[in-house]
Amino acid sequence: MSVQLLYFAWLRQEVGTASEAIELPAGIATVAALMAWLRGRGGGYAAAFAEDAVLRAAVNKKVVDYDHPVAAGDEIAFFPPFTGG
Amino acid sequence: MIRVQREDFDVGAELAALSAGNRRIGGVASFIGLVRDLSDGADVSRMTLEHYPGMTEQALQDIEAEARSRWALDAVTIVHRYGPLEPGDRIVLVAVASSHREAAFAACQFLMDWLKTKAPFWKLEDTGKGERWVEARDSDDAAAARWAKK
Repeated sequence: MSVQLLYFAWLRQEVGTASEAIELPAGIATVAALMAWLRGRGGGYAAAFAEDAVLRAAVNKKVVDYDHPVAAGDEIAFFPPFTGG
Repeated sequence: MIRVQREDFDVGAELAALSAGNRRIGGVASFIGLVRDLSDGADVSRMTLEHYPGMTEQALQDIEAEARSRWALDAVTIVHRYGPLEPGDRIVLVAVASSHREAAFAACQFLMDWLKTKAPFWKLEDTGKGERWVEARDSDDAAAARWAKK
């Protein structure tokens, strides 16, 4: 299953890229499962996804909970809480 | 009208455009956010705003739609900048036109409170001792939460 991943703010710096197209192994059905899989890639990913509670996620540009499903073709973004305004 | 842009904006021109041609408007309330030179006790020499192109515009449209569902508004303008900024620079303009001031004041505050917690912007400060990402504040969450529908 192919998805597009985006990273913002300090997550982007930890991971080392702003976006990547990635082929997910079978069985990754939710945002939470994806986060766990990314953490398992090690290096900057392990650092960026070390603590789920400080992260937020969006699927196709809508903020979602960690139990939100992920599907082929989704644009999935990870970032810290917003600090605009 | 929603714009996300790198460039500065002209507050007078934006406010004039907001109410132009509509004689039912009785008042305009506005808020302008500026870059401060002090943040959590550290001098800030520069701030860079990152955002999520596409989602930002969509989130701001959703926030405007929510405001329009709660108050009778004649016009709304939200302009939010991104990119490198310096102390004193304008970051954001929220302006609301309505027949009466109560709706304009309330909607303006609502828009700012929701924007801070629901629009995908992130602030990176340069304090001279290095860069740091601004952390979200509990007080901003509380400000947004007070508008929750009961």
